[in-house]
Amino acid sequence: MFKRLADAGETVSLKVDGKDIRARLGDTVAGAMLAAGVDRFRTTPVTESPRAPYCLMGVCFDCLVTIDGVGSRQACLVPVREGMSVETQLGKREAGR
Amino acid sequence: MNASELASSYELVVIGGGPAGLAAAALAAKAGVQTVLFDENPGVGGQIYRGITTTPVVNRAILGDDYWAGAALAAEAKASGAAIVNGATVWTLDPNRVVGVSIAGQARMIQAKRVIVATGSMERPFPIPGWTLPGVMTAGAAQTALKAQGLVPTGRTIMAGCGPLLWLLAAQLLRAGAKIEAILDTTPRINWLKAARHVPDFLLSPYRSKGLALLREVKGRVPVIAAHRVEAHGKDKLAEVVFATGAGERRMKADLLLLHQGVVPNVNLAMAAGVAHRWNSRQLCFEPVVDADFSTSVRGIAVAGDGAGIAGGTAAAERGRIAAIAAVEVLKRGASVTNVQTLRQSLAREGMGRAFLDTLYQPAPSFRRPVGDTVACRCEEVTARQVRDTADLGCEGPNQMKAFLRCGMGPCQGRLCGLTVTELIAEQRRSTPEEVGYYRLRPPVKPITLAELASLPKTEAERKAVER
Repeated sequence: MFKRLADAGETVSLKVDGKDIRARLGDTVAGAMLAAGVDRFRTTPVTESPRAPYCLMGVCFDCLVTIDGVGSRQACLVPVREGMSVETQLGKREAGR
Repeated sequence: MNASELASSYELVVIGGGPAGLAAAALAAKAGVQTVLFDENPGVGGQIYRGITTTPVVNRAILGDDYWAGAALAAEAKASGAAIVNGATVWTLDPNRVVGVSIAGQARMIQAKRVIVATGSMERPFPIPGWTLPGVMTAGAAQTALKAQGLVPTGRTIMAGCGPLLWLLAAQLLRAGAKIEAILDTTPRINWLKAARHVPDFLLSPYRSKGLALLREVKGRVPVIAAHRVEAHGKDKLAEVVFATGAGERRMKADLLLLHQGVVPNVNLAMAAGVAHRWNSRQLCFEPVVDADFSTSVRGIAVAGDGAGIAGGTAAAERGRIAAIAAVEVLKRGASVTNVQTLRQSLAREGMGRAFLDTLYQPAPSFRRPVGDTVACRCEEVTARQVRDTADLGCEGPNQMKAFLRCGMGPCQGRLCGLTVTELIAEQRRSTPEEVGYYRLRPPVKPITLAELASLPKTEAERKAVER
């Protein structure tokens, strides 16, 4: 959906669902994922339909992901850090998960 | 700055680091007021000056002079002596001016003598079939991606909607080398008639020359098609945009659809603090009731910037300064500040073209009040039909609607469905949005973890208290 306009400059690397991606220092997690071609950030708890960022400004909550083990973080508000681990969130809430 | 470095009280807490917040904090701090500014984004600038101190977009022509004007504002705030804290999420503000804030997982409750809420605006919900599909975003989202991270859409990009931001973004994307397949203009034709009486004021306003130049720049390079229905189709992501024109239905393959139909105040924090709001029938949204100093119904709490009703970025900074002067007059009697009358005059000038723009770009009822299976509440996936049927059954307002359908109860806390649900209930019940009202908003207005709550410092007495 998106490409980088400028040379990324200083980069960091992070894992998204176990896959390494490189991001520009200063990116948000959502920006880094979009630039890396991720088009599904989570599925909804109600119908398990796919979602990706809608507003990129902290109001829609469609970009919720798990960051370093903490679930439901707004990817559009969290800056990337070297070695960060991001997981997309799937489906309904299940007991025991 | 981390949470443990914060003082337990400040004379002035400013919430939001856009033009209103930056201008307010700078003015107050320079007058000697002990000021802290909290902003939840990684850097200052708000949405209009997003990434102003860090943007990788080096070619200044792409974002334009109006964007770069924000640099002076950010520099002024930085030099003013105000503590500016980014990555700081304010999740509660109570009528006694206690501010709950979370920074890097640590929460604090801060007592303020005065609070200026400068939480700005957000894009009006655009509930059309398929608006939840990946590949459908707001125009503002694409603009944020460009400003903050230098990201430009690739693939087949279509824009749809109405309003000044749509044209500004189209121009910026074209300058950045993006290709836009089409702009679907949803401005109702009848709005030109309604807006006609506001033309004289508009011609005298600063919007005129800028607006016409943008329209010329974009219309020469992108097909603009008038559309009165727009749908996003696709299975797991956007594949096709279907739209109705005067000459019948058309379809275009698409990878990205950018929607926009104006901006509305982001009311969540002010409403949760108990600030009285009213319906603005020209801008079709709720806004706080404020006086000439942007003071609200709650003592000591002001709302400045677009959060007090949409007036644009330049006006936002002026509103921030006016609100700050009122705070300085209470907190530091006799301190020398800018002449408030001069600010009021430039604010009035700035507002001159507004009636024309508001009336011309008032979105059509069909784009505000969806029908059938179109999703109204994105979080809980409640459809327009469900909301309409429930209103027909006797449900009188959005708060009762929560009990029936859970709409407005997901993570976005009604931000993306509030106006839609209010308008749908009003239409079904032949009432008015004013009468129907809005969701009752309560803290925390942003989700926080139990660990963050548990990190609040407590005295021994508080720990032992059964109740307070």
